[in-house]
Amino acid sequence: MSEAILSCREVTKRYGALTVSDAVCLDLRPGEIHALIGPNGAGKSTLVGQISGAIRPDAGRVLLDGQDVTDLPVAARARRGLARTFQVSQLAGGDTVRDNALLGAVGAAGAAFGLRPRRDLAARAAAALDRIGLAPLADTRAAALSHGERRRLEIAIALTLAPRAFVMDEPMAGLGPEGTAELTRLLDGLRHEAPILLIEHDMDAVFALADRISVLVAGRVVATGTVATIRADPAVRAAYLGEAP
Amino acid sequence: MITERVLTLGALAALGLVALAAHVADEPFTVTLATRAAIFALAAVGLNLALGLGGLVSLGHAVFFGLGGYAMGILAWHAQMYQPMRIGPLEIAGTQSMPAIWLVAVAVSGLAALLIGLLALRTAGVYFIMITLAFGQMFYFFAVSWPAYGGEDGLSIYVRNGFPGLNTLDPIQFFGLCFALLAAATGLVAGLRRAPFGLALNAARQAPERVRAAGIEPQRLRLAAFVVSGAITGLAGALFADLNRFVSPAMFSWQLSGEIMVFVILGGAGRLSGPVLGAAAFVAMEHWLGGIWEYWHILLGLLLLGVVLFARGGIAGLVTGRSHV
Amino acid sequence: MSAALIAEQVLNGLQSGVMLFLMAAGLTLVFGVMGLINLAHGSLYMVGAFVAASVAAATGSFLLALAAALAGAALAGAVVERVVIRRLYDRDHLDQVLATFALILIFSEGTRWIFGSFPLYLDVPPWLSGPVELPGGILYPRYRLALIGAGLAVAAGLGLLIGRTRTGIRIRAGENDREMIAALGIDIARLYTLVFALGAGLAGLAGALVGTIQSVQVGMGEPVLILAFVTIVIGGIGSIRGALAGALLVGLTDTLGGIVLPRALLLVTDPATAAATGAALASMAIYALMAAILVWRPTGLFGARPA
Repeated sequence: MSEAILSCREVTKRYGALTVSDAVCLDLRPGEIHALIGPNGAGKSTLVGQISGAIRPDAGRVLLDGQDVTDLPVAARARRGLARTFQVSQLAGGDTVRDNALLGAVGAAGAAFGLRPRRDLAARAAAALDRIGLAPLADTRAAALSHGERRRLEIAIALTLAPRAFVMDEPMAGLGPEGTAELTRLLDGLRHEAPILLIEHDMDAVFALADRISVLVAGRVVATGTVATIRADPAVRAAYLGEAP
Repeated sequence: MITERVLTLGALAALGLVALAAHVADEPFTVTLATRAAIFALAAVGLNLALGLGGLVSLGHAVFFGLGGYAMGILAWHAQMYQPMRIGPLEIAGTQSMPAIWLVAVAVSGLAALLIGLLALRTAGVYFIMITLAFGQMFYFFAVSWPAYGGEDGLSIYVRNGFPGLNTLDPIQFFGLCFALLAAATGLVAGLRRAPFGLALNAARQAPERVRAAGIEPQRLRLAAFVVSGAITGLAGALFADLNRFVSPAMFSWQLSGEIMVFVILGGAGRLSGPVLGAAAFVAMEHWLGGIWEYWHILLGLLLLGVVLFARGGIAGLVTGRSHV
Repeated sequence: MSAALIAEQVLNGLQSGVMLFLMAAGLTLVFGVMGLINLAHGSLYMVGAFVAASVAAATGSFLLALAAALAGAALAGAVVERVVIRRLYDRDHLDQVLATFALILIFSEGTRWIFGSFPLYLDVPPWLSGPVELPGGILYPRYRLALIGAGLAVAAGLGLLIGRTRTGIRIRAGENDREMIAALGIDIARLYTLVFALGAGLAGLAGALVGTIQSVQVGMGEPVLILAFVTIVIGGIGSIRGALAGALLVGLTDTLGGIVLPRALLLVTDPATAAATGAALASMAIYALMAAILVWRPTGLFGARPA
């Protein structure tokens, strides 16, 4: 527990009578890809919202690097290295790929009020684009990118944040088999940069990447373990895998 | 393709050349028209920062224009009456020095923008539009009903304020001052756009969630942009008052807020060259069309409708063939 | 300050409040249903007043003038909606502001072109002029009392229309889901024209009614438009009930501020200063009210609050 970089402790959220997060405990350890899976409506997005700071939990704590960040807003958590990508790409469409990638570097450096161009930040953005294979498109406007390129730009922005932990909300969504394979390779290499909490529907990708898997059903974590354990867990098979063979 | 840089420098140079040519041809009235265009453009540079870059549709920028105007009017009035201003135990002498007046105009309008921004930025969208419009009206009515400085009739200043080393009564020299400030403000905004601040502000307009997730608070950027924007428009107001040697509540009116927005849109919102192109086009139309037909605002309205419905990039968009930067 | 004076000012506040409601109701309906911010709403107010003044001058009938104002403004609204406004529904608020600002320029200068710059006057009909004696011996102008009655009647009628009729159900459906009502086979384009014309007609009626106690001139609509915006910000956008509450609050604050503030300042300063400063502060009272509401509840009294 103590070594976890990101953890949820008994995180609880209710909307009226509906408990969307039911005392969720989860941790993300250095160097791992921890997949969070669960059927639609299990409360994955709400949990991501509480981890990133967009939604306040009714009870429980969220810790980043051992520090309580439950009361911090989205931007403050991001500056501490919580780097998220969105299920639906959120990019400044009119700006170039380079300028989009710069955002994370600017945010992490706390330089948003900077009045002069910063070479060091530009270099960091360029390195991230290089890493992600978008360097040749640096001058393209984000709106002109293909779906797969946008997904990768999302990750590049997260990379420039100097991340302590990644939270990736369905990065494979909408990608074809080729794109999924490519992104799988990419994420595989990123886990040593910072551990990844991976929310994903694509089971092939999950089984290929994850060190551990947590299964969320109706707001509760019903099982956490290695790929083999989860595959064998009868409760999981009944609750989830059985529905989506 | 014409780049933004070339277009902006070209538009500024054209304005400067028109004034110089008119000066050489001994047509001081045309120099004054060019001065009017430069001042309106400066006001629009201010609004363009908030509107074009920040996405803040402020329909109350006349507040800052008017505050700049009254900063000039009140300081110069106290100086011309040899009557110091009394605020409690403090006695402040007026001044007829432009640099001092500009400083006060920038400070006062920036402060007002901070207060209005803090309130208006609690909301977004149409609320923001309505609230900025409403605060504009508040300042208008206050200026009308506050009797100390002329109330509804406004204040006349008999002699244009001075600038060290220049004869400000010479139209071309006063134009030079206004033009230099316009160029400086345009340069400032150009620099801001390239800097992390402009980058983040521009992104916050398009994808606020992304900006937040990158560790940046969009609201703080917007507030900062609104303050700088208000201060620049306030400076333009001080110059406008000096051009006319007169201030009145009309400088606070909603029509003026609308017109400043028209300069920005006519020229091209978010474009560096937009304010100069838009303000110059407006002053030219006001002069030529207004000379031909008393009701030329009908034509302006039709033109504006046309731009909004069919040519969204304004003049800069038509020239460069792109509706966005 | 006598009780009679306060009662009179409360009535004045009610009167300007209900007239403001007629303006704000149309604005808030158009925003709620079509998502449009319409700066030219003040122009329709002006159109109503000018139509009324012209018809009254030609026929001598006040009621005919009112009917013509309602119909004329509604017609102008319908035409503007068909020609310009419907192109703006899918545009952002900036485009809507600009296009409707352009409409103000066209309406105002067009009216000046036709009618000239001199104000017109609408006379209070004899059967509504003179004072009435209210309980407590207060004398109050019959016409203003009629305005309060007429405004409240229209408010009630509007409530019934929206709450109880088929058209009202369609309007409310339009507020919630455009695709839904299109799927139900309702002609959405016609519904939008209807809603816009309804709002325009109410604005025109208000213009004619208020034009009778003030003068009818170009530019009369915009100050009222801005007050209506303040009303909407206070009441919460899209809410008819909010518009009514906001309108009454604004009307009362404006009139009561005008008498209370100068007198309150008498306690701390000399009469001349108190009168001048009081008047200046009173002119800011409704905006201070708006600012306070913004701090307390940014989406207004009856506005939807974010979860």
